Amino acid sequence: MEFSRPVRWLLLLAVLLLAVFPFVGADYYTELVVRIMIFGIFAMSLDLLIGFTGLVSFGHAAFFGLAGYVLAIVTPESSGVSLFWSLPLSILASGLAAAIIGWFSVRTTGIYFIMITLAFAQMVFYYFQEAVQWGGSDGMFLFFRPTVTIGNTVILDLEQNRTFYYFVLGSLVASLLLVKRLLGSPFGRVIMGIKANESRTRAIGYATFYYKWVSFIIAGMLAGLAGYLEVTHTGTISPGYLAWHESGIVIMVVVLGGLGTLYGPVIGAFVFVVLQDTLQDYTSHWLLIMGILVILIALFLPKGVTGLLDQILYRQGIQNTNNEDHGHQDHRT
Amino acid sequence: MTPVILSTQDLTAQFGAISAVDFVSLEFRQQQLHAIIGPNGAGKTTFINLLSGELMPTTGTIHYLGKDISQLSADKISRLGIGRSFQKTNIFPTFSCLQNCLLGAQSRLPHSMHFFQRASRLTDVTERAQRSLALCGLSDRENSIAAMMSYGEQRQLEIGMMLATEPQLLLLDEPLAGMGTIEAQRVIELIQALKQDHTIILIEHDMQAVFVVADRLTVMVNGKVIATGTVAEIRANKMVQEAFFADEVIGDD
Ligand SMILES: Nc1ncnc2c1ncn2[C@@H]1O[C@H](COP(=O)(O)OP(=O)(O)O)[C@@H](O)[C@H]1O
Ligand SMILES: [Mg+2]
Repeated sequence: MEFSRPVRWLLLLAVLLLAVFPFVGADYYTELVVRIMIFGIFAMSLDLLIGFTGLVSFGHAAFFGLAGYVLAIVTPESSGVSLFWSLPLSILASGLAAAIIGWFSVRTTGIYFIMITLAFAQMVFYYFQEAVQWGGSDGMFLFFRPTVTIGNTVILDLEQNRTFYYFVLGSLVASLLLVKRLLGSPFGRVIMGIKANESRTRAIGYATFYYKWVSFIIAGMLAGLAGYLEVTHTGTISPGYLAWHESGIVIMVVVLGGLGTLYGPVIGAFVFVVLQDTLQDYTSHWLLIMGILVILIALFLPKGVTGLLDQILYRQGIQNTNNEDHGHQDHRT
Repeated sequence: MTPVILSTQDLTAQFGAISAVDFVSLEFRQQQLHAIIGPNGAGKTTFINLLSGELMPTTGTIHYLGKDISQLSADKISRLGIGRSFQKTNIFPTFSCLQNCLLGAQSRLPHSMHFFQRASRLTDVTERAQRSLALCGLSDRENSIAAMMSYGEQRQLEIGMMLATEPQLLLLDEPLAGMGTIEAQRVIELIQALKQDHTIILIEHDMQAVFVVADRLTVMVNGKVIATGTVAEIRANKMVQEAFFADEVIGDD
């Protein structure tokens, strides 16, 4: 997958804006942007499944919440733990859960896949709901953010909100580049083939199960990164983080932003968090408005907000040059 | 005669009470074009589905180069060098022509679990994909999205994608179905060219085309083989004429 030239410039511009934002925006809004970026990573990880592998997972919050729990569990009440081991540990925990859940679910397709991922995620949810040692339905607090020190030198002090902001921004950019690289690899080619036509992918010699499984694991690990950041940010984790409605919301966000675009889900996260923040004060039914918006987008903008953006770029005639030929007009000889 | 490349022994596929393929024992020889003809519903497509691993046999076995492949999945069979096309065009509609062939060509890597390597730098794969595209006559359509092309071109593309997997044995399920005369002629020429260095099992309705390209013919009716032989033998066969050609004109061209 390649970004078109205007999209590349817009992304660069967005990153620059994000980079200067803490200096110009009020603290409240900086916090909001952190939430957007974390949610963006989470939604992007799901886009790898829905938008690029064709797997509509309805249990993605399980991997998000699980990594968050791992961080909260390994952090004592008296001090923060080192990020150098707690981050890999949390991500690996999500990866392991995704490996187990994926092993069973990726064999199924369509509605069965949706149901089985939902069922597994609910199992994880109920486990934490009943786990009194980890706060049961109240969940846990994270009293100290992870530390990033080498020897006695503090490399990053994540307790500083601005430092944490840049750490999250760095994670977002790294995730985007990583997934983009993944999609440009031989592996990426195969999963996109699976999305386009799985049985044909098998018939030309790919054991599609393994590719779907690995994609599921990678997406789970990336969701784990988002969950780790989320708990670091909010300082709390509860079973609600991995409940089915969280899985539903992240699907909405991906659809809202635009499936199969990677940056679209980040835009979706932006729209979602801003809507949530503004509407929440006026009405407790803000999710209803959100739902209506998603329905409208599904009906009129199949490529989400990103598609709208593309249309605007196209109208202004600065659409990418590597636009592909649609039809017979330009028979080259 | 050339050695046997593929053989079936009492191969059977049952769907409920229907035996779509009913105790079929056949031999296919290397470097031959062996056509299978028969009326609609005779079980030809089901037979190809069995050979390609799309469908598991109810009973019976399939041997390819002496190895029992009856229980292998479609991806494993493809990797052994058996390529197929489908009666109902089966390509990657959202991919460009080149991307279709690239995915085919890349399937010959030992595996594709490379996560950070750039696929575009696999020059062998790219070259093979471009060669197959040239072979199927679509070089000038590299960047066209498959779904946007004409029906005939899509069928050509499917053959190109299959060739990118470098198969030895081709299973072609009615490659001419639904094509216009000019397109069909192009595909017949392609099949004749492919005959030079491939073994081909061809299912085809167009008798004229079959008589021109086939070395051997098998006639299937109701899941059973009723005759196998050279083109001349089949044309002379009374039983075949009654069972199958009753309403077809067998010209002496
Ligand atoms: N998946 C299936 N389930 C049930 N019946 C099938 C299936 N596939 C084929 N059949 C039946 O098997 C018979 C042979 O079909 P097919 O192999 O498609 O014939 P042909 O390709 O010679 O026209 C038909 O009666 C068809 O209805
Ligand atoms: Mg058929």
